[in-house]
Amino acid sequence: MSSPSPIRAAFRQAIGEAWAGGAGALLPIGFFAGAAMLVPFTIGSEAAQLAAIGTGVLWVALALASLVSMERLFQADLEDGTLQLWAQDETPLFLIASAKILAHWLISGLPLVVLTPVIGITLQVPAGQLVPAMLAYGLGGLAFFLWGGVAGALAASVPRGGLLIALLALPLFIPTAIFGALSVQTGLEGPNILFLAASTLFALAVAPIGASAALRLAVD
Amino acid sequence: MSSNALITATGLGAIRGERVLFSALDVSLGFNEKLVLRGPNGSGKSTLLRILAGLTRPDAGTVETAGAHHWLGHRNGIKSHETPRQHLRHWARAWGSDADPVAIATQMGLERPMDVAGRLLSAGQKRRTAIGRLLLTDRPIWLLDEPFTALDSDGRALLTRLIDDHCKAGGGVIAALHGDAPFEASREVAL
Repeated sequence: MSSPSPIRAAFRQAIGEAWAGGAGALLPIGFFAGAAMLVPFTIGSEAAQLAAIGTGVLWVALALASLVSMERLFQADLEDGTLQLWAQDETPLFLIASAKILAHWLISGLPLVVLTPVIGITLQVPAGQLVPAMLAYGLGGLAFFLWGGVAGALAASVPRGGLLIALLALPLFIPTAIFGALSVQTGLEGPNILFLAASTLFALAVAPIGASAALRLAVD
Repeated sequence: MSSNALITATGLGAIRGERVLFSALDVSLGFNEKLVLRGPNGSGKSTLLRILAGLTRPDAGTVETAGAHHWLGHRNGIKSHETPRQHLRHWARAWGSDADPVAIATQMGLERPMDVAGRLLSAGQKRRTAIGRLLLTDRPIWLLDEPFTALDSDGRALLTRLIDDHCKAGGGVIAALHGDAPFEASREVAL
């Protein structure tokens, strides 16, 4: 019938699955906080040193945390047969893939952005820099989840495909990481934040199509 | 033929690895027809169904369909956290169906496990839930891969009745089976 209703249904199902998974949805959050909190112990607690690397550490932790539970995003659907049903639906598969990735980002990705100022303070990053930086981390995190979704779709039919996901996704993170880091350093002035936003929009346009092509191969 | 058939597939061929599963195969499904696919394990019954469903691209040949289809594969499509009620409600929403998921689950004999999560359902209860999906929207073609697997005798009788009703109402069914067909097949295709 009307096209938005299958997309809403897929979104709702993905949210339900993330909640039902319990700790699964919290895993990226724990990973993100844990990875960033280890830094003062390994680098030393000298304020100037930490402040210099703090925003970069947050980017690295965000990039890695966004991949933590990507393995199950499409694999579970392939194993239980849900993906085969979506693949036969008249709704384009890339819309279903987008709905699933965005639901996953909402549950596991958005909390990371909310957490960045808290962790930033422990890394001695000036508080005045942190709140505007959330916009950059939000844009960057969304791009990370989108590219991670492509990698997750490619690895859906691979048992224990976690390593494959990291190998596939991390190179795609590079433009986002570069413009993201620059835009946080320069305090969101200048063109860097626009380049970051452009890289996220590019991911938003391209990643769902890449993911759906990979999913079609997975159900073949 | 093509004007009065639900499915017209001509010259189908499928290769898996180095092996030709079938070639130059013609399959058609008419209204009110129950077509049974037979053949030993690995002969390509599932592959043929997947080609007709559009999941797998044939290595040769073309498929034309006149209408939407329902799919019942080996995997039931039920999420581990979903109850039969939630599963049927989800697909009713996705397909824009006004059917009452609870009434369908009840019809499938799922009153008791109505609110039991998928991971705790028995294989037969999952299968009954998946069969319930076929009743959510009216689609003329049913593609069923070993649909009687895991069903008890009540479940087999229930599915047989649903298949009969569907075909009487003008629909068509293609089912891959190993054992005896509990329903009277219009035609058989041997693979």
